[in-house]
Amino acid sequence: MNDLDALYQEIILDHYKNPHHAGLRDPFEAEVHHVNPTCGDEVTLRVHVADGTVADVSYDAVGCSISQASASVLTDLVIGKPVEEAMAVHETFLALMQGKGQVEPDEDVLEDGIAFAGVAKFPARVKCALLSWMAWKDATTQSLEAQS
Amino acid sequence: MTAPSQLTLEGLLPQLEVVRKDFPILERSVAGGLPLVYLDSANTSQKPQCVIDAMVDHLERHNANIARAMHTLGAEATEAFEGGRDKVAAFLGAPSRDEVIFTKNASEALNLVASTLAFRGPRQVGEGDEVVITEMEHHSNIVPWQMLTERTGATLRWFGLTDDGRLDLSDIDELITERTKVVSFTWVSNMLGTINPVAELTRRAHEVGAIVVVDASQAAPQLPIDLQAMAPEERPDAVVFTGHKVVGPTGIGVLWGSRALLEELPPFLGGGEMIETVRMERSTYAPIPHKFEAGTPPIAEAVGLGAAVDYLRDLGLDDVRRHEHALTAYALDGLATVPGLTVLGPLDAEGRGGAISFEIDGVHPHDVAQVLDARGIAVRAGHHCAKPAHARFGVQSSTRMSSYLYTTPAEIDALVEGLHYTRSYFKLD
Repeated sequence: MNDLDALYQEIILDHYKNPHHAGLRDPFEAEVHHVNPTCGDEVTLRVHVADGTVADVSYDAVGCSISQASASVLTDLVIGKPVEEAMAVHETFLALMQGKGQVEPDEDVLEDGIAFAGVAKFPARVKCALLSWMAWKDATTQSLEAQS
Repeated sequence: MTAPSQLTLEGLLPQLEVVRKDFPILERSVAGGLPLVYLDSANTSQKPQCVIDAMVDHLERHNANIARAMHTLGAEATEAFEGGRDKVAAFLGAPSRDEVIFTKNASEALNLVASTLAFRGPRQVGEGDEVVITEMEHHSNIVPWQMLTERTGATLRWFGLTDDGRLDLSDIDELITERTKVVSFTWVSNMLGTINPVAELTRRAHEVGAIVVVDASQAAPQLPIDLQAMAPEERPDAVVFTGHKVVGPTGIGVLWGSRALLEELPPFLGGGEMIETVRMERSTYAPIPHKFEAGTPPIAEAVGLGAAVDYLRDLGLDDVRRHEHALTAYALDGLATVPGLTVLGPLDAEGRGGAISFEIDGVHPHDVAQVLDARGIAVRAGHHCAKPAHARFGVQSSTRMSSYLYTTPAEIDALVEGLHYTRSYFKLD
């Protein structure tokens, strides 16, 4: 597979065309707005935490296929998981993205997220893939603070 | 797509293949052996061998600090640096070489003017005053004026845009009034390509006593500029551009200002070189241009910039303009064959420069640029530092191709083919 096809895997294009959990929903404890200043990609993202579990993540995003698909995969992976476990998934995804293409993705943890392994070889696109993940971590931390 | 008849367009630079040989980077291949198709010259231009050689020669043989070293090399370096100023003055047709100030880039040149207008002096901007810009500015010609008006309590106003990407001048009488102290606008839009009516806007601003600042970052590479030939009432008070877009190096920009304006503005940065004498209580300042050049300036860069503008003058800016015009018209025709593609900005090549931004339904600009890059084609994707102009057209980002004096019709063909391929890659056909 060439680098371009490794970047734009079918899974990514599927999520891009049919994003999961898209749209902004109630209830939520925290809403954040993150932008990628170099390219202008934006995401507004809400997190609802209930009983220590990520009960819902909803979002409104404008951006490229990578950033859109990444938001969709993120919600699949974290919704319904205990916060601590979701944070661990976040760490795993972050390590994959920052691994310059040298990190072997763990399908058990990342599921569809392994399709982003090819993104790590394109430094200019890593920020696209991480935009919603960084927003989610920010919003989740704020949700926990709001509840404590 | 590559029929010979299309490879020789009317208006192309004569001996284009020879001109291309001046630019060593155009020989290299990318993306696993494909020839480089560089269509990002509005971002930065490539450099001819003569510019590279001039800088290397300076560093190898003449390097010293300027205006203070009392030795042979110091004298040579000073002469080379000031020679760069002479060449830039000739390039602009500046009434005086002392009106050419070297800065770090165009942004610093704009910040120099906007910052010093907040300082105490005959031109100081204050409450009740207005600064007028336009919605098509690069961020570097928006943010400094926002900072000026925030600092001084003045009001920032701006021209809107028409649907076809030109300045909406219908409310010019409400915008440019006796309260207006500064009118600042781009000569050529970096996103829309629009060429703005410098003479008309300048005349109107001068009628109310406002000063006019023109961002020529995209104009200087492709339009002949002759300040001296302009009628005084239609000549801007300040014109800025950056070295790296006119086949020169990064790290150097130019502020041309009329002597009258530059003498009225207080100094910007304080330090060595910009003083006449320094006592502990206070200092007096050097005359222009050195009043605005604190510290060791970009010396090798000034040498490179001098070589760059001489290169452009040797080619002839009229010929460069014709070349850009021919390619822009050819590119607009080619882009029109791509289904779902919308050009942002004027659709006639006459009133625009060589940067063309566009959208393709169903593919985000990042993804367009990525697929093109895999085919060796370099374009820019994003907001091109013109977020308000994108917002005006209801888009978040766009893809931009920008040609220059070394661009060939075959490269435009490669782009258009690449865009058709991009659509099929994302299964839009």
